[in-house]
Amino acid sequence: MASLDDLKKRIASVKSTQKITKAMKMVAAAKLRRAQESAEKGRPYSEKMNNVILNLSNGISDKENAPKLLSGTGQEKIHLCVVMTSDRGLCGGFNSNIIKKAKSYFAKILDEGKEIKIITVGSKGNDQLKRFYGDKIIENISLKESKNANYFDADKVGKMVIEKFEAGEFDVCTIFYNQFKNVITQIPQAQQIIPLNNDEEENSSEESYEFEPDEDEILSNLLPKNISTQIFKAMLENSASEQGSRMSAMDNATRNAGEMVDKLTIEYNRSRQAAITKELIEIISGAESL
Amino acid sequence: MSEEFKVEIVNPEKSFLVKDDVSEVVVPAFEGEMGILKDHISIISFLKPGIIKILSKSGDENYYVEDGIVEFKNNNLSILTSTIFNLADMDKSKQQDLLKQAEGEANKKDINDQSKYLADQKVEVLKTLN
Repeated sequence: MASLDDLKKRIASVKSTQKITKAMKMVAAAKLRRAQESAEKGRPYSEKMNNVILNLSNGISDKENAPKLLSGTGQEKIHLCVVMTSDRGLCGGFNSNIIKKAKSYFAKILDEGKEIKIITVGSKGNDQLKRFYGDKIIENISLKESKNANYFDADKVGKMVIEKFEAGEFDVCTIFYNQFKNVITQIPQAQQIIPLNNDEEENSSEESYEFEPDEDEILSNLLPKNISTQIFKAMLENSASEQGSRMSAMDNATRNAGEMVDKLTIEYNRSRQAAITKELIEIISGAESL
Repeated sequence: MSEEFKVEIVNPEKSFLVKDDVSEVVVPAFEGEMGILKDHISIISFLKPGIIKILSKSGDENYYVEDGIVEFKNNNLSILTSTIFNLADMDKSKQQDLLKQAEGEANKKDINDQSKYLADQKVEVLKTLN
């Protein structure tokens, strides 16, 4: 059995760990509120953008000559995957969930005999994917410098993706991120952004729009913007999810530390009592023998 | 019958402005300024750098935008833009900053005609503000 001194030390160290996890939980909670707010505020923009594009693509006259960003290159040989993770750890299963989702997708694509290229956003994803898919990673973007997700960064990523698309480096682009549902639940998502997935048949508006200038021109201007917008949305969702995930992970850690302190304290008290009893017995039996 | 309609301006970060007592909005559409009144036909257009004028009962407002998309449908005007400033909040130094930036862009040699045109537009609009 551990000596009294050892136990004392262990209790102290668990207590200080608990202090750290508690502080991290508080910080995450404060950040979460802000991140959640901005994720919610950012939603109207991407929704409206989606709507406009939906209306436009319904109204487009010449499907054959539609911009490539909308209709695709006509083949699906090379897949580009943008895996968005966080730059910091200690946030529970946040990063591993995205990676797991991405890896199963990669395996599926590779099984079909197609090629993949990977862009990682955030250093944690890069660290985890490097081991298995190191040769497939073509770019790694770290957003450590910027504190909050901002549109400027998203635009940078978006422009890069479009540049590569126009250079014919890939045919299909999918982004991976965690969608924020609530503090305990984040759902890893794979969203295809090029070519644009129009599966959701939301033919809400049958009415025709007037376009100025014509549809094609608006579309070709709008689609690159939409890419950045979708990436920005993913970033916002991701940052809210990260904080949520960290908060619940740190909450669990704090609770576990508390349980451990209780257990150790009981053990400490018992052995202290045992030591006292032992001493007493020694004294008494010593006195009796006299 | 009232002659008012609703306008909503959103940028990527948040919903920038919502107003439902607007009588007229003038937007700098790509092919020229366009005034939108109630019961305008449904339209989608995109913006070039310029000034959005919002006329309403509660006072007129002017905003400087650099790009964006307008959608008008069922007396709802949505403006999506990534860069927008309220002229009332914009002081001279901010204007100068933007102007300098735009001029720098316009003077670049290796840009295509369209971005050159947009940059020139920015310079022009910002100059008229001063």
